Amino acid sequence: MQRRQVLAASAALGLAFSAGSSFAADKARIAMVVKALGIGFFEAAHRGGDEAAKELGNLELIYTGPTTTTAEGQIETVNSLIAQRVNAIAITANDTDALVPILKRAMQRGISVISWDSAVAPAGRQANLEPSSTKLIGETLVKLAAAPIAGKGEIAILSTTPTATNQNNWIAAMKEALPSQAGLKLITTVYGEDLADKSYRETVALLQGHPEVKVIVAPTSIGIVAAAQAVEDQHKVGQVFVTGLGLPSELVGHVKQGSVASFAIWNPVDLGYAAVYMAYDIASGKVKPSPGASFPVGRLGARSLDDKGNAVLGPPTIYDKSNVEQAAKLF
Amino acid sequence: MQSSQQITIDRPAASRAGGIPDRLPQRPTDLLLRWEVLLLIFLALVVLINVQLSPFFFDPYNLSDATFNFTEKAIVALPMTLLIIAGDIDLSVASIIALASTAMGAAAVAGASTAVLLVLGPLVGLACGILNGWLVTAFSVPAIIVTIGTMSLYRGICYIALGDQAYKNYPDGFDFFGQGYVFWVFSFEFCLFIVLAVIFGVVLHRTSFGRRVYAIGNNPTAALFSGIDVQRYRLVLFALVGLFSGLASVLLTSRLGSTRPNIATAWELEIITMVVLGGVNINGGSGTVPGVFIAAFVMGFLTFGMGLLNIPGIVMTVLIGFLLILAIALPVVIRKLTSARRRSA
Repeated sequence: MQRRQVLAASAALGLAFSAGSSFAADKARIAMVVKALGIGFFEAAHRGGDEAAKELGNLELIYTGPTTTTAEGQIETVNSLIAQRVNAIAITANDTDALVPILKRAMQRGISVISWDSAVAPAGRQANLEPSSTKLIGETLVKLAAAPIAGKGEIAILSTTPTATNQNNWIAAMKEALPSQAGLKLITTVYGEDLADKSYRETVALLQGHPEVKVIVAPTSIGIVAAAQAVEDQHKVGQVFVTGLGLPSELVGHVKQGSVASFAIWNPVDLGYAAVYMAYDIASGKVKPSPGASFPVGRLGARSLDDKGNAVLGPPTIYDKSNVEQAAKLF
Repeated sequence: MQSSQQITIDRPAASRAGGIPDRLPQRPTDLLLRWEVLLLIFLALVVLINVQLSPFFFDPYNLSDATFNFTEKAIVALPMTLLIIAGDIDLSVASIIALASTAMGAAAVAGASTAVLLVLGPLVGLACGILNGWLVTAFSVPAIIVTIGTMSLYRGICYIALGDQAYKNYPDGFDFFGQGYVFWVFSFEFCLFIVLAVIFGVVLHRTSFGRRVYAIGNNPTAALFSGIDVQRYRLVLFALVGLFSGLASVLLTSRLGSTRPNIATAWELEIITMVVLGGVNINGGSGTVPGVFIAAFVMGFLTFGMGLLNIPGIVMTVLIGFLLILAIALPVVIRKLTSARRRSA
């Protein structure tokens, strides 16, 4: 009985004063929820999150996520985090909308919620951290596609699932930026579902079905590796180039082989680092997440929210033969 | 082998049959070895260990939140229990959920009211189930083949209809069914599941319909020659599974407040895992509703407890897989042991 009253009281407190009030003495706990465990990009983000947690001190970082990239799986994860009464949740969403009800419940119970990498609809979070601006990524992808073929030829896109928010935004931005390179012609988009084997098979089918394609743009860290491997296995190195977004440590071999000339990525370590800082800023009551608010993000300086509650980490970095090996040691 | 197991299960029929025993005499140890009892002990262990390990487990609000993770699957597991006991299987249930959700989403966009959606979801599910049942019975194709096919078919329709879009304009009040509470911490979903479990328990264990389901699962040919319209029964069971997948779709859609074509991905395996863990013979012929009912809680609380300890989901899947193998292996091992003992005696 008493337990319930205490719970109700603490819930009311959480509602009244925002979450920050509750973690004076205890260690603050911030949960970093990823799309699925075992993905290199998120492991790197985890490292950044740990770095931020160490700097902030008195902070326990819980790194978690489902086994498959589904909204239902993430809802289960968030459910258990609500039950543990963490102070903040920083999530990269498998579904923009389906996570809104459960994250709303988290906020009702006094948990601060931000999204990063792949956004949650505004009703389900207090702030969102974009890895880069969609426009910048689209432009970078077009630049990357044009580079190995001097801006002339047919290109194709290898994406993840047709429902992935960020993939579709980037592809749309890419299509918008395409007219800047008049010689490029987008033939088709195929979907590898963020699975190595499916992406590989889709690439092989693409190479056979569209021999005119010169560049495959894969804005996915799993797809780009599978596509590069497929190009090498089909002996198309030098005829077909793979580019897109990927991890230096996973692509360093393919850059040496020549199937990948150059690719881009924002620094996932920085992304995870900034996400944890932002979650902490809100949960501790330091920053009120309203339009224009400026978040201190440690060694990266500060990032501010636009009128839709979005902050931007920065433009993606381009990697090629000259700098990939050095970056591969980091992530 | 199967029949001996079935005999121990249908206790109620003995009294109705006028005292003619329908099972071998049982010793108290046999009762202890019943699958439901073992599961119940295991469930108690799961709860006990969780309470020991996490201060957050034994909290009515948290336990209530935890039920949301498995209630919809458990509701589909009920008719699935009957279907598997009858010797069939339906792998398309998750896709039926997706298709029913897509249909409701499209209707909601067209301005349908909550009441219309409540009818539409189960109706679409029923139609899918009838199609499954018709394909299986009319062409004598194994259920596993047919439903692998319709699994892709139903899901494919969702992808064609939605692509990378989502339906999210559900009418006010629709969110009650997946998010609302009947009283205190008992959600609508959860109460519905309890009521349905009782109904399914009665139907399977106390009616002639239920006894015929067992008969069909044990030997369809013998069942046919005993005057049971086997094909019609199978069709009805597929339709039931479809209907309740549609109902689960209403609850899930209401809980998520949106529909994407990948909704409920891979749920068919979790639902079938629940049924098999509940002690239902995957080859048909035996199993009980109470067993599946307990298994739903075992799976739900086990994964929730591990979630509270932030055990990675990969480890959870390994553990559930291990449990499933155990569930299938244990009865076989026990049977071998006891028959060896009987021979030596």
